[in-house]
This record gives sequence, C-alpha cells and structure tokens, in this order.
Amino acid sequence: MSHYLEVRNLSKRFGDFSALGDISLDIAEGEFVCFLGPSGCGKTTLLRAIAGLDPQTSGTIRQKGRDVSGLPPAQRDFGIVFQSYALFPNLTVTDNVGYGLVSRRQGRAQIEKRVIELLALVGLPDSGSKYPAQLSGGQQQRVALARALATSPGLLLLDEPLSALDARVRLRLRHEIKALQRTLGVTTIMVTHDQEEALTMADRIVVMNHGAIEQVGSPQEIYRQPATAFVADFVGSMNFLSGTLEAPERVKIGGRAFACPAQDGLAVGTAVRLSIRPEDVRVRDLPADIQNRVPVDVAELDFVGAFCRATLKVQGDGDVALVADFSSNLIRDLGVVIGTRLDVALPPDRVRVYAA
Amino acid sequence: MSLAVLTPKIGLRISLSRDDLMMRGALVALVVMLLLIVGLPLWALLAKGFEDSDGKFVGLANYVSYFSTPALVNSALNSLHVSAVCTLIVVPISFLYAYALTRTVLPMRWLFQGVALIPIFAPSLLPGLALIYLFGNQGFFKALLDGGSIYGFDGMVIAQVFYCFPHATMILVTALATADARLYEAADALGASKLRVFFTVTLPGAKYGLISAALVVFTMVMTDFGIAKVIAGNFNVLATDVYKQVIGQQNFSMGAVVGMVLLAPAALAFVVDRLVQRKQVALLTARAVPLIPRPKPGRDAFFTIFCTIVCLWILTILGMAAWGSLIKYWPYNLSLTFANYEFGNFDSNGWGSYFNSLWMAAGAAIVGTAIMFVGAWLNEKTKGFGLVRGLVQLLAFLPMAVPGLVLGLGYIFFFNAPNNPLNFLYATMAILVINTVAHFYTVGHLTATTALKQIDPEFESVSASLKVPIWKTFGRVTVPICLPAILDIAIYLFVNAMTTVSSVIFLYAPDTKLASVAAVNIEEAGATAAAAALCLVIVVTSAAVKALHLLVDRFLLGRLQAWRRR
Repeated sequence: MSHYLEVRNLSKRFGDFSALGDISLDIAEGEFVCFLGPSGCGKTTLLRAIAGLDPQTSGTIRQKGRDVSGLPPAQRDFGIVFQSYALFPNLTVTDNVGYGLVSRRQGRAQIEKRVIELLALVGLPDSGSKYPAQLSGGQQQRVALARALATSPGLLLLDEPLSALDARVRLRLRHEIKALQRTLGVTTIMVTHDQEEALTMADRIVVMNHGAIEQVGSPQEIYRQPATAFVADFVGSMNFLSGTLEAPERVKIGGRAFACPAQDGLAVGTAVRLSIRPEDVRVRDLPADIQNRVPVDVAELDFVGAFCRATLKVQGDGDVALVADFSSNLIRDLGVVIGTRLDVALPPDRVRVYAA
Repeated sequence: MSLAVLTPKIGLRISLSRDDLMMRGALVALVVMLLLIVGLPLWALLAKGFEDSDGKFVGLANYVSYFSTPALVNSALNSLHVSAVCTLIVVPISFLYAYALTRTVLPMRWLFQGVALIPIFAPSLLPGLALIYLFGNQGFFKALLDGGSIYGFDGMVIAQVFYCFPHATMILVTALATADARLYEAADALGASKLRVFFTVTLPGAKYGLISAALVVFTMVMTDFGIAKVIAGNFNVLATDVYKQVIGQQNFSMGAVVGMVLLAPAALAFVVDRLVQRKQVALLTARAVPLIPRPKPGRDAFFTIFCTIVCLWILTILGMAAWGSLIKYWPYNLSLTFANYEFGNFDSNGWGSYFNSLWMAAGAAIVGTAIMFVGAWLNEKTKGFGLVRGLVQLLAFLPMAVPGLVLGLGYIFFFNAPNNPLNFLYATMAILVINTVAHFYTVGHLTATTALKQIDPEFESVSASLKVPIWKTFGRVTVPICLPAILDIAIYLFVNAMTTVSSVIFLYAPDTKLASVAAVNIEEAGATAAAAALCLVIVVTSAAVKALHLLVDRFLLGRLQAWRRR
C-alpha cells in the first residue's frame, strides 16, 4: 500500500542534540493530520523537514511516490502558512495571494480570476486592494491561507497558524480551516501545541515528545486510549494514582485494591500508575455491587463555570487524592460543599495503567 | 512497515536549488572582493613593516628602530595622552546632552538635536581652522591665552571635542532612549531617592553605551588626521607621523610600522567594544514600556541652559570658520568678500576638487550601498555555507577596527605594487571610491543586517514554496521594505566620502584631488581663509544632502509606501 506521504527513519541532529530521532510516519491522501506536543518536542522541525526548509540529517521522505528527501523546497509540492503569516507587507492582498501565480506564466486575467476565487473561498471578497497592516490578525491569516492554496499544492503545511490570534477568532478559524480543507480535500499537516485545536480539527493526531512519536491515532483514540502516560497527561486532564500491580487485573493503591483492564505488558509486582480522567469519576446512582468504590472527602471545590473541579481525598488514606468534575446539577442535588463525604467509583473500563 | 527495513540508513545528499547555487556563487565573489579591498591591502601593510626600503625581509628591524627612536615613541605617548583627555571631556558632556535630549522636556528639542549633529558634516580640520581664527597667532582672543599658544595639545583637545561630540552623543542617545519606564515606576514605588535611582537604574542601563562612546571617542582622536595636521603644531602624534614618514620622507617601511602602532589601540578598542555589545543584547525586553519624560521645571531649565551653551559653542566654531572664510585679509581688513571661494587662486584644481568630491561621494554612495546591502542580504539568507559566511562577517567588521590612514597606506602598498594586475586602478577615481567603500564598510553592513533581521525570516520560505526565485522576492519585497535603511546607508556613505581626509590623502592623483584633501593642501600653503571656505562648502553640501534625505524620508516615502500606515 502506498500513502501520499511516507516518512521513513527521519532523524535530525543539531550537533550533539537530537531534535528528531528515527521518525517513521504515513499520511494518506486528503487526511488532516496534527503534530501535537509541547514546545521543543520536534513537531516544527519535522514539518520543516517535510517542507525541505531545514533538511533532515538522515532518513527519507516520499511524496506521492516521489523521493523528495534531498530536494530543495522549490522542487517540492507544498503550500505553507506560518504563525507570523509572513505576508509581504508592501504588497496588497491581491498581490500577496497572486504572488506564486505570477511566476507561473499565466495570463493576467486568469490570475485575477483565481485570486478573486481564492479570496471568496477564505471569506474576504472585498479586501483585495488592502495592505496586510490594514487587516486584523484573523483576516491576515486567511490571506496567508489563500496565498498558500493559490498554486493548488498537493500538501498544505500549517505551522501553528492560530497561536497568534485571540481566543474567539481562533475558535472561528478552526472551523473555517477544517471546512475549507474538507471541501478542497487537500492533504494537510498542522503543527500545534494546543490539544483542543488538535482534537477538534484533526482526522489523526501525531503526539510527539522529545523528538519522538508517542502515539498516532484518531482524536478519540488519543483521548480515550492514551498509549503512554505522557499522552495521557498532555492531552486533557488526568488523575495519576501511584500503586503496585498486584495481579494482571488489580492495582493496589495505599490499602485498597482497584480493578483494571488486564495488563499483559506489565509484570505483577511492578510499580504502576493508575489513571482516570476527572469526568470519568462516577458519583451518582452507584449500584451496590459497583467495582472500585471509594469513600472520599471533598477537600476543595474550584468553580470553573459550567462545572466544578473537585479535589477528593480518599478516606483513611489522606495521601491519595484525585480530581473529579462535578456538574452544577450534581452539586446542587447532592448538596456538595467542602467537607462533604461521598462515595465515588472508578469504572474499570475507564481506568488505564502505566508503568511508573 | 517492510519499507522501513528496506530503506538503508545512509547520509543524506541535499541537492541545491538554483537559488542556493546562485547565492553561494555571489557570496564567494563577495569574499574575493572584500579580500581585495580590505584583507590584502592590510596584509601588504603588515608585510611592508618587515621589509627594508629595497623590499628585503629584515624581520623586526624596523620595529626595533621605531621603538629606539625617542621622538617616534614620544608621538605614540602623545597620541594616547590626548585621546585619553578628550575621552574624559567628551563623554560626560555627551552624556549630559544625551540625557537632556532623552530624559527631560526641552523646548525646541529638534533644534538641539540638529545642532549637535553639525560637526558630522564637517571635515575634521574645520574646528582646527576656527580655533586659529579665535586663538591663533592673530586670533580674536589670543590675549586670553596669556602668552600661550593654541597650536599643540590644548588646541587639539578643543577641536577634537567638537569633532567627536556628535558621535558620542548619538551612541548615548540610543543607550538612554531604550529605557523601561516600569523600572523607574518600581524604583519610585519602593521610595528610592532620585540620586539612588540615577545610580541604580539610569547609569547601569547606559553602561554599555558609555563604554562604547568612550571607545569611539578614544579611537577617533587617536586616528584622526585633519585636526592634528592643522593645529597640533610641534605636538607630534601618530597620525601626523605616518603622513610625515610616507609623504615627507618617503620612508614607506617606517610608515608601515607607525601605521601598525596606530592600528593596535584602534583594533583593541574595537574588540573590547564588540565584547561589550554582545553583553547588551538581552537588556531590553520586547515588553518594556517606553519612558516618556514629564516636565519638571528646575531640571528642564538647567538642561536647557546646558544644551544652549553647548550649541552656542558648536555654532561659534562653525560661525567663526564661516566668517573667516568671508573676510578679506584677517585680521587687518575685516571687510567681507567671496574672493576666498575662488579656489582656483589657491589650488590648481580650483572648484574641480569639489566636483571630484561630489562624484566620488555619489559613486561611493551608489556602489557602496548596493554592495553592502546585497552582501548583507546574501550573508543573512544563504543556507548553510557557514565557513564562507563567517569569513564575510569577519571581513565586513575589519574596516571598523582599521584607521583610515592605515587603510590608505595599505592601499598604496597593495595597489601600487608593480606586479599587481590591479595596479591600473592606482591614481584613478575608482580607487578613491573603492577605498571609501572599504573604509566605511562596517557601518553599512551592520545597518543592512539589522534591517534584514527585522523582517520576517519566513519570506524566503514562502517564496520557495510558491516557486518564486529568491531574487524576485529580494526585488519585490525585501528592497522596498528596507528602503529607509538603504537610504540611511547611502547618506552615511555620501557624507563620510565628502568629509574624509585620512584614507584618501595617500591615494589621490593631481586630477582626482578631493575637496577635503585640497583644504588640507590649501591650509598647508597658508591660505587659512580659503581652506575654511572649502570646508564650509563641504559642510553645506553634506548638510543639504542630509536635509534632503529627511524630506524624502518624511514625504516621499510616506506617499510611496502607503502600506506602512495602518
């Protein structure tokens, strides 16, 4: 099977520092892939290697079956949008968008038509004669997008395209970019450190850390079945409870045993961390025979707006604390205040175990 | 993943694009050019110091004889002495002046700013000439000297202070202008006294500027030729020694040795300055809040008076030179005349040398700006090729450390060598242009580099992704954005080419004599008034060009570059 983009054993070194270590990755045609990770994890380095802007130290990149590993950027097929937009400040919006078309020896009328079409596509039909400085950040980003798409590249690269924008504009542009990508069907890679952005926009997410890939998967997979403790911690919120694996399906934490999915990879007796997301902690209508029932004290209640984030201390095991999200309804119905004693449950199918 | 197994892990071969190849080629050409106009002339000078008059290698013999000639060693000590004294005088005055410009509320600030710059437009011998009118043997205030003479140490110091003042002030204005208002607010909130704030916030903030200004003044005094020539009298300094050895005694080897002795402190000052500058980088964060001075009557009055005195002093010196140039026969017939402006009566070139200067300055401005800007661009934007880029950086910085006299001397040795295929350039207008471009290369290169660093580094990435050749983006985007910086470089080159004496004094031919050099010659022949007249013509020309620049900057660019406005 051949993919649109195939990255094989890609490494990038800066002197002694390894920015990317042996990365292999396939991307299908028309896919929207996000490189997600903390700053310095190598996601932008990987993107720039794919573009040929900062070539890798070793490894190969094939695009549509063609080996582009050693080609300069001008001989590859991609459009790119940077965090800074990199719009040419002295050219009008029309000239910016048409920048790559002029050198392709197309007729002037043809170029004009294409530019108008692109500006309509990004929702700026009347801004052609303006200069970038006269536009808002969000508008500038759309112009940058139109410019990158003008030459109909097979691959669209977005390097933190939304980070410089304020929260509201960012939310709106997320949807617009995603819709645009779906309409055009252009294979897209976006680099971001914002997990929410990755979760809402991507078909597949590549989570990176320390120059290596931690996990590749759909947003649901990444969120529901994080492959490593790093992914679990980086994407969304997560409780980690330290304990020991007593049996393949049982973790002992403090004086209590918790049921968990069967662990094949971990030897019995190893130190582990049991994890559960705050919203997966059950409070209401606990059946009498529910597994992993724990009596807790509510130690803190942080009002976050739509819900409250509660810090719970396990009774008789004060060192063990976990965080749970309580809806406003629940707080009202159960009359939860600081000091309230409750029983909660950690459903075994929502619990994951990682080596400590 | 069978592919992964099949792909052998071998070192990657990156093929270069046409852009890459073109830029690397151009960069190599730049290195060759810089070697020819900077590196090799200096090498020729260095080598000359180890040869006798027949070109035989004699090791350190010339240096031994230099250091065992008390008169020559004495000049070196004199140079150090006068440089140190001038530094101690100029830096405090400039600091107060810069402080007034940046941290107080002055009425007509722009006027004080403008007047302080006047000395930059004058050849250095102008203050010397003015002092001769004021305190010379037939000067106005000769009596004030109580039998002393203006020729010598004192005259040199006064003239040098005039000449160096704007340079130190500009550096200190920059240093003081970049203050973070929040630091002052914090100090106020903590109840620190004004004096304590000055010593704990203001002074540390300007520390690097002060060091830089001191080094610049020291080097300028050390290496200046014009003032020493006119007013040093029997007070021998290194700059005049070089001239005497080479032009007077035709002793090139000894001239080279004196040149090397002159080079040492200048180069040392340069290295210290670079080290200091490197430390300054992180001083001001992007989030700093600019400090806007608020009125404070007592302080503002004091600084207004101080600045007025400084300006009056500058204008007196300039005015004295102007008046002297218009007087029939000093001091016996004070009626006014334009006779001193008929330069044909004093120098065989007449006004020709002025037009030579204009041509030379225009040539240096155009050619130099193009080379410096394109060169800086190549050096910034070429990918990889680190060794060559490092070499460009080194060669571009070298001229700053080299006094003009020393570079000019190197040019004689290098371009006048009979076996040099380039010696057809010798005694042409071209060599004057080349020498001026080389002499002032560093500032132009730095200005261009700074401007280029301020624009988005991804422009080239974008144009590569759009398959637009990099030179097209250079012409369509980079140059228009950097136009103000490009104009700055051109004006800087023009003004310096008009006023410089030191480097070109060794290189002119009878028909390519420049105005500044002619002024030296005319003064040497005793026609002080005509020399002052010629200096004044130079001042007016460079100041006019600068004024034109400001107008263009404000009005023409404002209209052509509407995109800069929001």
